[in-house]
Amino acid sequence: MNFKRFITTLIIYFIFWLAYTTSLAANEIIMGIILSTLLSVFTYKSFSQKNPENNIVVRIINLIKYIPVFIIEMVKANLDVARRVINPSLPINPGIIKISTDLKSDYAKLFLANSITLTPGTLTLDVKDNNLFIHWIDIESTDKDIQKNLISGKFEDLLGGIF
Amino acid sequence: MILLTTLGYIMIILGSLFLLLGALGIVRMPDLYNRIQAGTKATTLGALSSIIGVGLVNPNWFFKTLIIAIFIVLTNPIGSHSIARSSYKSGLKPELQSEIDEYKPENIQDERSDLR
Repeated sequence: MNFKRFITTLIIYFIFWLAYTTSLAANEIIMGIILSTLLSVFTYKSFSQKNPENNIVVRIINLIKYIPVFIIEMVKANLDVARRVINPSLPINPGIIKISTDLKSDYAKLFLANSITLTPGTLTLDVKDNNLFIHWIDIESTDKDIQKNLISGKFEDLLGGIF
Repeated sequence: MILLTTLGYIMIILGSLFLLLGALGIVRMPDLYNRIQAGTKATTLGALSSIIGVGLVNPNWFFKTLIIAIFIVLTNPIGSHSIARSSYKSGLKPELQSEIDEYKPENIQDERSDLR
């Protein structure tokens, strides 16, 4: 049993328990510890990673850096959709393109795909090996490097640091 | 306190505005893939904003609403991704003005792509 992975999973479960119950009564906390321990025993293997590259502090700093970037992109995406929907001429020029990613771990690719879906004008259709297939509502460029920069450039470094 | 309540109501109103725009997008867009685009983005921020707004109006619920928001952010894109992918695999052709489609089965070498 990998103790570090087990403890990380346990702490995350316990934080969720505290947030849901929003109470610090002793019986609630004891029950929470028992339940999170039990759940961690069974699930820590699928909910945590083997040997991530960075240590936990660097990963949390990267996560904190990533959240505002993500929220700004999400608000921009909504304004973008609103602009297209309200415009009477419906300015869209959709196409499906392929971009490659340098991220290795499955979690990082999952989060990259999710982030791409929630950012302006793009929807991830499929992930195969190192390629992401993306439905782009307005093809701005046919050059691979520019496409990659526009779509995933902001996220890749940060996600690489988290996972 | 009054400030938090006001902020909460503003967020709820903004959220419903985004949801309305998303619904309008679903009506106006030409094909399924563009509709999903409008639907996913607008519903995610719309739902997030209204739920966190409720949390601000009623601060006892704030942590619970925050967790609901996190789960929406994690699951909403996965749902739309899997709807879009399965529609493509089942043969629904996207309307592409630019005619760029690099996801066509003949463009990628993968034996699973002809599993329909």
